[in-house]
Amino acid sequence: MKGFSALLLATCCTAIMAQARAADLPTSIGKGEGDLNVVAWEGYADDAWVKPFEQQSGCKVHRKYVGSSDEMVALTRMGGGKGFDVVSASGDAALRLIFGKNVQPVNMSLIPAYADLMPELKEPSFNTVKGVHYGVSYEWGPNVLMWNTKTITTAPTSWSVIYDKAHTGVITVPDNPIQIADAALYLSHTKPELGITDPYELTQPQMDAVVALLKEQRPLVKKYWALASDEVDLFKSGDAQVGAAWPYQANTLRAANVPVQDTIPTEGATGWADTWMISTHAEHPNCAYLWINHVMTPKVQAQQALSFGETPANTKACAEMDTMQPGSCKQYHADASAAYFSTIKFWKTPVKQCGNGQNNCLDYAAWQRAWQQVKQ
Amino acid sequence: MTGGRKLLGHVALLLPPFGWLTVFYLGSLFALLLSAFWQVDSMSGEILHEWTLDNFRILATDSTYRVIAERTIGIAVLVTITDIILAWPLAYVIARKVGPRMKLVLLVLVALPLWSSMLARIYSWRLILGHDGVLNWFLRTAGLPEQSFAFTNVALWIVFTYLWLPFMLMPLVSALERIPASLPDAAGDMGATPFQTFRTVIFPLAIPGMAAGSVFTFAVTLGEYVTPMLVGGAGSEFIGNVVYSNVGVSGNIPFAAAYSMILLVVVGAYMLLARRFGAFDGA
Repeated sequence: MKGFSALLLATCCTAIMAQARAADLPTSIGKGEGDLNVVAWEGYADDAWVKPFEQQSGCKVHRKYVGSSDEMVALTRMGGGKGFDVVSASGDAALRLIFGKNVQPVNMSLIPAYADLMPELKEPSFNTVKGVHYGVSYEWGPNVLMWNTKTITTAPTSWSVIYDKAHTGVITVPDNPIQIADAALYLSHTKPELGITDPYELTQPQMDAVVALLKEQRPLVKKYWALASDEVDLFKSGDAQVGAAWPYQANTLRAANVPVQDTIPTEGATGWADTWMISTHAEHPNCAYLWINHVMTPKVQAQQALSFGETPANTKACAEMDTMQPGSCKQYHADASAAYFSTIKFWKTPVKQCGNGQNNCLDYAAWQRAWQQVKQ
Repeated sequence: MTGGRKLLGHVALLLPPFGWLTVFYLGSLFALLLSAFWQVDSMSGEILHEWTLDNFRILATDSTYRVIAERTIGIAVLVTITDIILAWPLAYVIARKVGPRMKLVLLVLVALPLWSSMLARIYSWRLILGHDGVLNWFLRTAGLPEQSFAFTNVALWIVFTYLWLPFMLMPLVSALERIPASLPDAAGDMGATPFQTFRTVIFPLAIPGMAAGSVFTFAVTLGEYVTPMLVGGAGSEFIGNVVYSNVGVSGNIPFAAAYSMILLVVVGAYMLLARRFGAFDGA
């Protein structure tokens, strides 16, 4: 990841750096402008913390939810980027937003919680370019394997179940090109001869093997889900019984008394690390800073972690989590997060430059085309 | 002098409608055509205004897009044929068998679903066809094997057929109404059996109605993307879905424009065909 961002910097970032230096970072947070337009993942702007924020700041929150990073990028670019103030971008969207000049640098001295962030997330390569911060790391977590315990009684431990003909017609996976990485991660264990070391850095022969696996999977898939709520519906109606999910769907389904269980299989998991970013053309920058400071407080960090099933970036959230739900700090790895952090292959934007110095990897446009071929 | 003024008056009268047509209709079509030859930078998402045939090259060489286009056109044809078959009995009854009061009641009943939200009607089909849905509940109660049409192309076919049936029915009713009662009577007098009368008199005279209806059912199905998204499954992508995901998800407007050209060409060709069958003769 370090080498990859360095290469990008060398090639195409001079313009951005000039812009970042010239940009006048705000030196203080003024009074709220009365409104805040939020583009976020489903479950990231919950009333539990939106309502208190609206009361404290006087900023009325207008929400738009998305189901994939691509949708997030498209939505924030619509109308020249004037339609939103803050966005909760995952690592694979964050760099695209930075290079597309859709987001502005953030003055970290205005973010008190910055001091308490996990060291890994203070200046990760997906939101910090050459020392310039383009956002504040928020929460992170794994993409999990979820199944209905009533129909699948022995708990699966491998991703192989979602490629297994025994489950024809009851499998669901996300409708998202980055899903290719999940298959690549699985193949890196089952077919080591392909030489996949990083599921986001694939050469053409490696991609061909991944696409072949995913095409074999298509007849088994009931539906590719686009929104988290789609997957929840599929499991509720019984149309899907096993699939790739976020912990959020598992929590939502359990709350609705649907017997589901989720796990990180032995092959490991892909995952996300999200960043709150501010639009270059934000019409409500004060509300944007106020919002980020609100969601970075240990309390909201803990609420978010428990409702979505992920790990907070703020290390002070651990105690809050245990107060809300005893034992949850350990359950969601907020205590020993550094070791756990390194086991997840976080989403990042595929680019031509492989991490090993070669230039024969496929870029994201190729991934999107490959995904269309898979879905047909 | 007065002649020149009269001409000026005509021009002034025609300018607003033609100007409107040119700017908003032909203008946007032209912009669509133009952008099909551009490209998008995958990292920054900016549209590069450099001429390229890459979009068309991908469409021609990647079999994915041929499969999706064939599926779209195939289902549109299937839906049109199914709607013609389903519309006939009811249209015949409405046009020729019932009194004016009953006719009104039946026509209102046909049009009634159109006043509800299309999304709500599509979602209700999800509830009907779902694994734990209404249909399976009936089948279970009746001791029959369960169906699993939800999120398949069969579900697409059923829902499309349901959605566009009124659009086939209405033109067919008006075509059947316009057949003078004297013609079937004359056929009968000449000794034709009821089936012969139908085959040689009524059916040929109703062809313009079916052609007009098929313009709706075919063209509307062809451009759909919401229904495949909601009731389709893996392998139910339509041209519209590819266009939608290229515009709304990956921001690749040039490629979406190139692919949508297929729709324009197919619908244009179909319109010409339908015109030959009298779809646009009289109202």
